[in-house]
Formats: sequence, C-alpha cells, structure tokens
Amino acid sequence: MSNYLPIIIIFTLATGYGIWYQRSRGKVKAKAKRASANPLVGSEIGGDLGTRATFVQFSSAFCTPCRATRVLLTDITSNLADVRHIEIDAEKNLDLVRKLDIRSTPTTLVLDKNGVEIGRAIGAPKRAEILETLANIR
Amino acid sequence: MSITNLLSFKTTDTQLIDARGPRFGAVITTIVLTAFLATESLFLLHWQLAVFAFGAFFGLNYSPYGFIYSKLVKPRLCGEVPTEDVRPPQFAQLVGFLFAITATILYDLGLSTVGMIVVGFALAAAFLNAAFNFCLGCEVYLLIARAKAAIASRKTKEDSYNLPSL
Repeated sequence: MSNYLPIIIIFTLATGYGIWYQRSRGKVKAKAKRASANPLVGSEIGGDLGTRATFVQFSSAFCTPCRATRVLLTDITSNLADVRHIEIDAEKNLDLVRKLDIRSTPTTLVLDKNGVEIGRAIGAPKRAEILETLANIR
Repeated sequence: MSITNLLSFKTTDTQLIDARGPRFGAVITTIVLTAFLATESLFLLHWQLAVFAFGAFFGLNYSPYGFIYSKLVKPRLCGEVPTEDVRPPQFAQLVGFLFAITATILYDLGLSTVGMIVVGFALAAAFLNAAFNFCLGCEVYLLIARAKAAIASRKTKEDSYNLPSL
C-alpha cells in the first residue's frame, strides 16, 4: 500500500496542473495599464510596428505550438495592412526576454500602435480570441 | 536526426513527424513508470532508461515505442495526420533520459527515496504529455537558456573583479 501513495500524489498534482495548463494556455490576458509602461520601439523587436497593432511572438527550437502560432498570426495579419506579426527567437534575444519577463514559448505580446503592451498570450492562441482582441484595438 | 543536430539547435531544416507517435510513447512511458513505482522492479527503470536513450540519441523512429507506433498502431489509424517538428519530442526524451539516469544512479547508491522522487517528476511529465498535450520544451527550454545566461554573466562579472591591479 505504501507504494501506491506516491503514485496517487503524483497523478493528483499532475492532473491539477494539467487542467490549469490547458485552461491558461492560449488565453489573451489584458495587461493592466501601468504608469511606467515602457513602449517597445521597432528597433528593439527587429521590425516596424503596425499602425494599429503588432503581435510580437517569442519562439524557441523545442516548441511545437510555436509553429501553429506562427501559421495563425501570419494568416491573420497577411490580410490586414495595419497589423503586423513579428517572430523573435527567444534564445537569441535573452536581454529582451528578461526585460519583458518571457518564461515560456510561444508567448505573444499584443502591442498597440504606440508599442505599448496591452495584452499577452502564453501558449498557442485561438483564432477567435485573436480576432476579438484585434476588434477592440483602434 | 542525430544528437549533434539536436544540440546545435538549428532553427531551419526541420523534419516533421506524425505528432501522435510521441504521444503514444508518452502513454506507454506513463504505464511503465507507474508500474516501476508500484513494484520498484529495477528492470522497468533500466528498460525506460534505454528507451529514453534511443529516443534522445538516435531519434524517435529508433525508440522502441516509436517503432511499435509506426509498425502496429499507425497502420490502423485513419484520418488526417497531424504533424509536428521532431525536435520538441526529442528534447523531451533527452530530459527523460537525464531524469532516468539520475534515478538509476541514486538507486545504485541506495538512495531509493530520492530516486523515487526523481522518477516521479519524469512520470508527471510523461503523464502531462499523454493526457494534456503538455509541451516540455516550451516550458523549460527558455528557463534553462535564461539560467545559463545569468550564470555566464555572473562569471564575467566575477572575472572582472579579479582583474590584477596595475
């Protein structure tokens, strides 16, 4: 019996984490406006900002959902002249990663036209949610 | 794909595989590691260690579970094949290998309780992959890269403090 207790603990904890993981991944979380919010500029993220919004996607090599995120955001932004998608290799830009507190990949920042972060999604976002986020940005 | 390619972190030249294969492997890994914790039969730990080693160093197609998947399971599946980059699951196999070899050494040293905790982490990761499509590389790889860079920058600072004064 004593051997089964660790197994039960592991499966219980892992299931709890797994449910949280699936619920939180891909959700676009709005960022509370801070007085000291430093806007990002094009030179920092290696591309010009969109005139309405910019998606800044941080990716890494060992990341399956990064590809899905790239395909989705490329598809959405290719039809919109005022919204841009920029993908950054997190491993090669660790200073930026630390500054923006990126912990896992893919993490996608949603920037407004001034380069201020208004939200971020950890994990592959869903199409409907990205479109809804965009609809609220002028 | 060999281990040298895996460790060089090439961002281009990616090889795509059937994404259901690694998940099938995670199910079998979950069963084997659970059986190990229940019985503490070291054969099961050594077997899983060998499976991780094949997956990490020779590629997932050469892992026994990958072989079973492609020969016995895949021919019976229908529908569209979801694909994924080969590197994320191979990275997970490498992490699994490191945990399994640590546990093996701990058991050899007689530290079976610590060994059990280490196996517990590997089991949790395999179970999360099997049941929730958890991506280990997504969650830990960047943290490792950040930690490495932090250690490296601390070392450079220490070195500069130790510069001989003229």
